Amino acid sequence: MSNLLTTNRRNFLKLTATIGGGLMLGFASSEAEAESVIFLSDKGLEGPDLVNFNNYLSISPDGVVTIFSPNPELGQNIKTSFPMVVAEELDADWTKVKVVQAALDKKFDRQLTGGSGAVPHSWERLRKAGATARQMLVQAAAVRLNVPVASLSTSNGFVLHAESGKKLSYGELASDAGNIPVPTEVKLKDKKDFKLIGTFVRNVDNHDMFTGKPLYGIDFYREGMLTAMIQRPLSFGMKVKSVDSAAAKAMPGIVDVVVFKNNVAVVGKSTWQVSKARKLLKIEYEKEGAIESSADHDKLFKDLLESKTAETRRKDGDVDMAFKNAAKIVRSEYQCPFLPHNPMEPMNFFAHVRPDGVELVGPTQTPEMARGEVAKLLGISPELITLQLTRLGGGFGRRLKADYVVEAAELSNLIKAPVKVIWTREDDMGGGSYRPAVRYRFEAALDAAGNITGYKLRGVGINVGNCTREDNFPAGAVENLLIESVEHKSPITTGAWRAPVTNFLAYAEQSFIDEVAAAAGKDPVQFRLSLLDKAKNSPTGAIKYDIDRFRSVINLAAEKSGWGTKKYQGFSVYFSHRSYVAQVAEVEMTKGKPVVKKIYAAADCGIVINLSGAHQQIRGGIVDGMGHAMYGNITFKDGAAEQKNFNSFRLIRLKEVPEIDVHFVDNGIDPTGLGEPALPPTGGAVANALFKATGKRLRNQPFMNQEEMKGNIGDRM
Amino acid sequence: MATYKLDINGRAYDAEVEADTPLLWVLRDHCGLVGTKYGCGIAQCGACTVHVDGNAIRSCTFPVSGVGTKKITTIEGLSANGDHPLQLAWDEVDVAQCGYCQAGQIMTAAALLKKNPKPTQEQIDNTMNANICRCGTYHRIREAVVLASNKTK
Repeated sequence: MSNLLTTNRRNFLKLTATIGGGLMLGFASSEAEAESVIFLSDKGLEGPDLVNFNNYLSISPDGVVTIFSPNPELGQNIKTSFPMVVAEELDADWTKVKVVQAALDKKFDRQLTGGSGAVPHSWERLRKAGATARQMLVQAAAVRLNVPVASLSTSNGFVLHAESGKKLSYGELASDAGNIPVPTEVKLKDKKDFKLIGTFVRNVDNHDMFTGKPLYGIDFYREGMLTAMIQRPLSFGMKVKSVDSAAAKAMPGIVDVVVFKNNVAVVGKSTWQVSKARKLLKIEYEKEGAIESSADHDKLFKDLLESKTAETRRKDGDVDMAFKNAAKIVRSEYQCPFLPHNPMEPMNFFAHVRPDGVELVGPTQTPEMARGEVAKLLGISPELITLQLTRLGGGFGRRLKADYVVEAAELSNLIKAPVKVIWTREDDMGGGSYRPAVRYRFEAALDAAGNITGYKLRGVGINVGNCTREDNFPAGAVENLLIESVEHKSPITTGAWRAPVTNFLAYAEQSFIDEVAAAAGKDPVQFRLSLLDKAKNSPTGAIKYDIDRFRSVINLAAEKSGWGTKKYQGFSVYFSHRSYVAQVAEVEMTKGKPVVKKIYAAADCGIVINLSGAHQQIRGGIVDGMGHAMYGNITFKDGAAEQKNFNSFRLIRLKEVPEIDVHFVDNGIDPTGLGEPALPPTGGAVANALFKATGKRLRNQPFMNQEEMKGNIGDRM
Repeated sequence: MATYKLDINGRAYDAEVEADTPLLWVLRDHCGLVGTKYGCGIAQCGACTVHVDGNAIRSCTFPVSGVGTKKITTIEGLSANGDHPLQLAWDEVDVAQCGYCQAGQIMTAAALLKKNPKPTQEQIDNTMNANICRCGTYHRIREAVVLASNKTK
């Protein structure tokens, strides 16, 4: 079956023959098509204006197809995967496709990276972009060959006329095609005819990345540019009282020391010079807000779990009655610490504020928001600001905030010069925008047969907003359910961190479900499946997940992992960001210590666009989820982070990663994102497998620090 | 400030910097060789790995004054056309996600293969364990080193 889409004329903003005689198409979809975006956190990200989407592709007379990639590329593979979709519908020769990172441009809609949302948002638009250009090329060929359109086909950058054996290249036809009215209806390919989508396609930036070409924001240099480092308060809750910058200013290469807000910026000619001079600053701070330590948070969590007031997020049935009548009650608490994002490329941005306009260059996940904030700061129209996106050396949510863009612009405005502000690793880890710390209390009421009759979750978070996801499984499968959230406001800054909220909630919930299954004397996989049966057959309240897709990943993971036939396996499954991922972790005892040897993953993200990138996202998400669950920890003493670099903050390394076996459910459903969904289930799968092997429940992250596990996790370093 | 005459990738560079300036920042700020990356500044992550007389070193803690006449090789000079067996293997396996750490990974692996063209799995793991990849591309890093080693005579 082919899809026939009606294309609104006003969707197409631009159609011009380029100077070289090639074809350039501009695609814009109507505002009505711009679907709502699921935001990354309740407070981390404001909705972008729903401006028109444009995706430009151009074809030059020599047949080179240039596709602009609008979204920030931070390792999620979008710069390769998006053009693949356009090229598929265009029937382009992939070896002749050139991908260019687009600058921030109003023509593009949702030009941001976050929430694993780009693929579902753009899938149809990208297909239409390719299909429309293809159709115009075919029409041009029909005129040129004086044959009916229906007698023509396309393949690998050519229009073919089977009857005569004639073929014309896209390059030859580009100029003529540019003069054809944009079709109002385009025919998309039948999915079974995809040739490029679903294959292993290597990253378009490979050569540049592996030969050291300047690609990242930190690699941006310009003649006359200054370099700056900013000393920000070391403790959250403090502000600058006085600054003595004489010694710093006297250092070689230092141009100026500028104080603005709580920032003391050392501006100079080279990175090393400013970093040395910054150490000579004498800054006095004074208290501005609460000065908190991790010990305070531990107490606070316990107090707030008993709080009389909590925000009710979802309430089904009568939980009090269910617990009163319970044959058995299971109750557990889980806690997760603050975490820094630690993209390998630290924060940096170039800014040049001139009287006539502003130039910004660097790595950001939210270029439009960054520009908006700079415009607001400077009191100018966003139209006067250009923002060039570089490749991002990782993001993980950190670069959804524009603080490091705004401070660069503010500094450039103060010193009236082009400047690149660089953060050190210590700046990044100590002055972070952390994953919030949180503690959960789960309670389940079981009847005599081991069925869940009541379920309660209360979460306490620090600067997280709603620390639950009230409509997630098992909501809908339990008749009496209460989900509550309590928030503590702290001067410690937090933000969206890869798979916000679910990155700790999923671990806690999937571990707790394992506890409940054990208490009910049931197999953890069967237990989840029977809950899903219940949700299907007698749902309670709204069901906001697809029960069949949930089941299919559970079954696939169980099948591939040989669930039930092996000794130490832990199960976990989670739905987040519109994709479903089930995981089985496998532990072996080595020299009396448990070692995570293998993780099986079954994912349903609909159609897989790029097999290489998709595998990478699943494996990367698992490595990220496991590494942080095992080792990641930021603690605070008197408002200051106690871990500031990789000598005290442990990131997972090569020898610690288990084998990872990835499987995808093949269901032909339109694709959803994969940047985040593989991460949430991992902590639970690992904790549940470690429980099987050791009999110890891991209810606190990082697992390494939990009393029962101290020195007991197989450490291969 | 002093002028240091450096042999980088077979080319002569003059860098007028202070003696304690780490080689990393000389490469990046003064020589325009930005393929070598800053990641931690304390020799923990390996993003800044370059070769000094063929040995993999962490350029973020290696002062320029310690270079002398030793020959420096950076990712830009690992091969003339980006065709070192490791660079080709990194492409074939499609190792990178964000890519930021990969130059350091390749330089670490290149020093290993130069000394030991047929490393065991354990030797590969022990060597590559020194470099952090925040995106978690470790499986493919291992795979690419093996591939390059197998293709090396």
